[in-house]
Order: sequence, then C-alpha cells, then structure tokens
Amino acid sequence: MEETNYNTETIVADPMVPTLYRVENYVKETSDTFTLAIAPSGSAAEIKTAKQKQLDAAPGQFNMLYVFGMGEVPVSISASPAGGGLLTHTTRDVGSVTKALSALKVGDMLGVRGPFGTSWPVERAVGKDVVLVAGGIGLAPLRPVIHELLARRNDFGRVVVLYGSRSPADIIFKNELKKWKAQPGVIVYVTVDRGSTSWHGSVGVVTRLIPKIRFDPANAIVMICGPEIMMHYTVDALKQRGMSGEDIYVSMERNMKCAVGFCGHCQFGEHFICKDGPVFPYDRLSSLFRKPEI
Amino acid sequence: MKVIERKYLENLFDQLKEMGYDLFGPTVHDGAILYDQIESANELPAGWRDKQEKGTYRLEKSGEPSVFAFAAGPHSWKKFLHPAENLLWRAQRTDDGFKVLKDPEPKRKKAFIGVRSCELNAILIQDKVFLNGLAVDASYQALRKDVFIVAVNCTHPAGTCFCASMNTGPGATKGFDISLTEVLDGDRHYFLAESGSSLGDDVLIDISGHDALDDEIATGKKALEDAVGKMGRNLDTTNIKELLYANSESPVWDEVAARCLSCGNCTMVCPTCFCTTVEDKTDLTGQHDERWSKWDSCFSLEFSYIHTGPVRSTVRSRYRQWMTHKLASWIDQFGTSGCVGCGRCITWCPVGIDITEELAAIRNNQTEKTNQI
Repeated sequence: MEETNYNTETIVADPMVPTLYRVENYVKETSDTFTLAIAPSGSAAEIKTAKQKQLDAAPGQFNMLYVFGMGEVPVSISASPAGGGLLTHTTRDVGSVTKALSALKVGDMLGVRGPFGTSWPVERAVGKDVVLVAGGIGLAPLRPVIHELLARRNDFGRVVVLYGSRSPADIIFKNELKKWKAQPGVIVYVTVDRGSTSWHGSVGVVTRLIPKIRFDPANAIVMICGPEIMMHYTVDALKQRGMSGEDIYVSMERNMKCAVGFCGHCQFGEHFICKDGPVFPYDRLSSLFRKPEI
Repeated sequence: MKVIERKYLENLFDQLKEMGYDLFGPTVHDGAILYDQIESANELPAGWRDKQEKGTYRLEKSGEPSVFAFAAGPHSWKKFLHPAENLLWRAQRTDDGFKVLKDPEPKRKKAFIGVRSCELNAILIQDKVFLNGLAVDASYQALRKDVFIVAVNCTHPAGTCFCASMNTGPGATKGFDISLTEVLDGDRHYFLAESGSSLGDDVLIDISGHDALDDEIATGKKALEDAVGKMGRNLDTTNIKELLYANSESPVWDEVAARCLSCGNCTMVCPTCFCTTVEDKTDLTGQHDERWSKWDSCFSLEFSYIHTGPVRSTVRSRYRQWMTHKLASWIDQFGTSGCVGCGRCITWCPVGIDITEELAAIRNNQTEKTNQI
C-alpha cells in the first residue's frame, strides 16, 4: 500500500492528522497536574511549518494532544511560542489519555493538532482594567494572557488576578504567581477552599474576593476560567459590581473528539465549543448557562 | 425532458459504467430495501413496495413492474459518503518515537442510482457540515468528489414520510445530474428524465428515447403532485427554532423519555446525523495504532462525558438534545433544518416514537400554557 509520510501536503489537507512533537521539558506542578513544554520533530522544513502554525496560537486556544496507542485529548495552551518560548500545555491527569501524557518523559514523542478555537479578548482589553478569575486548572488557559499583559504592561489599566484552588497543595504555577505579584500595578489574590496549618492566605471561594478588588467595572474586561458553577457565581458577583455581560468572557469545556466541528460532541445549545468557543462573551451563553444537561 | 422506455433504462447503466463509475442502487436484502453495488437495471427491486408505520417496516409484492415504487429504507447514502467506520490514519512505532501514515483516499468514481429528493437534501446538508465549515473533512471530500447522482422523483411516499412539510420533496429540484420520474400508464412503463448538470446532459444524449410529449410530462407531473397528498405525516415548522429554544423545560420531554430506550436507532438511520467518535486500535505487539472514526449517537451516555461525568445523564436531556439539534439549533449552525422528512427515525424506532407527534405535543403544551396565562 502506498504510504504518505507524516508532515506532507496531506497533513495540511486533513485536519485529523497530527504533527509530531517531542517533550522538551516536564514540570510536575502538583500531585496530579503537570506542564509539558514541547517542540516539533522532523526535518528542518517540517519543523518550520509546525512552528509557523503554532506561532499564530493565541491565548485561550487549545491543541489536541495524541499519545501513541492511547488517544487524543483537548488541552489548552498554557504558554505560547509567540513569547519566544516553547509551546506549553498544563493539565490534570484525570483520564486514560491525560494519565499517559503525564507519564511522558523528556524526549518522548506525541502528536499535536491545532491550534483550535477562539481566544481571550486581549486587544479589546487595551486601555482598560483587566480582571482574570481562575479556578483550579483554569489558571492554565489564562497564563498566556498574563504573559502578554506583563509584556505589554503599559497598554492596560489595573491588572488583577484572582485564583481559587482546592488546597494550598493544589496551587499550580507557584513561583510564577509570586513573580506576577511582585510586578508593579499587578494584584494577585490566591484563595483556597480548605487551608492547612502552614497556609496564612485567604480561605473561601474565589467569588468572595470580587467585592473587595479595586477596578473600574465600567471600563474593564474580565476573563474567567474554571468549573461552570464557579464561573456562574463569578458572573453574578461581577454583575453586582455593575459589570456588563458583554465585557465578561468565559471559557467552556465539553467532550471533544475532532476539534473542528465534525464530531458533534461539544455542542452547547447552538454552539460548537471547539470552533465557536472555547472562549465566549458571557452574553452569548447567558440563556444556556447553568441550564441543566444542555 | 426526455422519455426513456423501461427497456432502455439499461442504457443509463451501461453509459455510466463506460464512464468509469461503480454503480450503487436499491436492492432487496433481508426483507428491506438496502443500498448496494449493482451492475444492471435488472437488479433493481422490480415489483416491490414498502409499508411503513411507527416501528414497522414491511416489503410486499405489488404485482406491478415498477422499480422505484418504495420510499426510504433503513440505509441512506450516508453509508457511502460518511462511512460508519472510517480509518483516519495509522501510526507505527519507530526507534525514536512513532510515525503517522495516511493511506491514500479511494479513487473509484461512484454513481448513486435512485436517490430520493429527501436523501438528496440530506447529502446537501452533510456537504455543509463537512465541506463548508472552518475545516474540510478530507475523507468526506474524497468520497463525495465525482459522485454522479441519478435522483428519483418520489411518487410512492410511505406512511412515515413528511418531506412536503420540510420542503425537501417529493420532487428533486437541485443537486442531481439526472432525475427520473417513473411512470406506469396502462401497458406503458417509462421514465421522464431530466438533466441537472452538463455531465447529466452528456449522459442523457446517448440514451435511447424521445423528447417528452405534453401528455407524458403531464402524467409525470400529476403523479408527483398526488404524492404530496399520500404522505402519512406532516410537521408544522412555524417558528420551530423559537418554539424549541423556549421549551427546553417542557414536560413533554419527561413524557417521551419514559418511552425512549435511548438506543440511538434514530441517529443511525438518519441521513443527516453526522456525529462520530474516534477509537484507537492497537495490535498485540504494541507497534501499530490505527485511528478510526465511527458513527456515534447523542443518545449514548459516553457522548457527553467529561472528567466530572456525563453532561447529559438523563434520557430526557438526550432526546431533547437530539430533537432540538435536528429541528432548531441546526438552523443556527448550518442555515438549514437538520430534518428532511424521510421518516426513518419514526419507522425504525423500536417503541414507535414519532418526531412529528412529539413536536406537536410540545407546540400544544406551549399553546395550553399561553392560554392559561
């Protein structure tokens, strides 16, 4: 049988065929979360094509990561090569494929399709206050936004990062959180659901921080990523501060098999989360949000 | 318009074979009209007609020579264009990782013979899903390319048919290369043939026949007009999207969920249902992996599974998803209804759930509610 090798014209034509990457760096963030920094593998021409594709990756977009023989999962980009570094993903090992991903070592190969989906509205936020609200692993898709805000600090007003974690041991990007906090004009609040003997920070859900923060609700963009229930109550708290739904953005999650609108799995009402999302202005979803089993 | 006598129908088959097409058409297998590869017009289901009702499908002898006197069976053309199982690519371990191999797409040209208008519309709907979105489905594109379509204007709708309501039939109006209307007039048995493409012109010109006479055209037209009245079902599409969006909490969903087995038959026989899952198949050596795409159904619990559990854990929510998608959100997504009124979901539902009845129940419930206020 005639065999068309990987990274040829066929790949451009067929969105289901992955590009080959290798793990360059592996960081265990917490007991069940990890960060993979990856780089394309193959001939110089193949590497160039692959890099070009991911250079366009915008904060909030995701890739489909394939582990040999195990399958594929959607994972948000937690650092973009646009900033000069490696393409990076952070996730939690909750299923068979993410467990296989977590078992990869530096040098191991994986398949990548993407980038897919909509991105966070960084350009709309220019000249405005920016509030980022993250729950758990939801900090990962927001991390490229923080990188961009810090790289272009003077383009934005106040920058506030609110991060809620289950426990102090579950906090991801610990060192980076400290670095962000040390930047002038950047406020970082971390809160946990359950404290520990050595925890001296805030305890409670992340929504309780919203009444306390300083920002201009009339001239702000808010980006939220976390469990749906957390996003729901965060939107409520923001509306009480006078925010309008069109300035609040959320990132949604659903089952995904193809990431390009063919498989039908990620439908949320009339939206395909893979191509119409994952990032949506809240107003576009308000009639569906928190409706059971949509 | 051209008239082809029954005995010259074989010319069409010969012509298409000569042009390099593999021919596919209706055949009788296992007591049903199924689509399969055929070689000759003599393999068409001459003298068969179907009886379809809720949860019922029966073929019977009609005693007439007609070859297209039946409505849609359990198969649709989807099985050739969007196969139930499709190999996406293969991966093979190498010394330092693995490589991905993409097999070439099949190159044989296909001619579909006997495509009903409802099914033709279903093909055009799947074209929108797979060819007109952000990305193009390479497998579908390869299979869809060069398909020659011989449509059949449907003069024998079944009891479960409602294409007239969906504006998708019974006559084929677009998307075909040749359309045929089968006419039995006393001792005469002929087909009114019309071309829908330049390729269709080329094929028709070489087939024995004569330019249709006014009374032949009138006979065919009347048969098609009569077919509208023979449909066993109708579906009121007035404000259908708004109706379903506003009634996501209708008590009708609970009522239908009490009967629905969540078996997914309706999605398998539906000519527009396009959902798939993917499966990785490894061999015992662990050296090879194949990635297959397979038809999936929104009626399965796994369909909506994310790490916290299935999003749609109740049958109520899964039936609601299927019907709301088919009749309402499809319009927002693809600019057309996802339903072509072929009635397969009604015929092949093992407990006889009828989409037209369920929609009417939702509409009645809404009307009652409005009247109470």
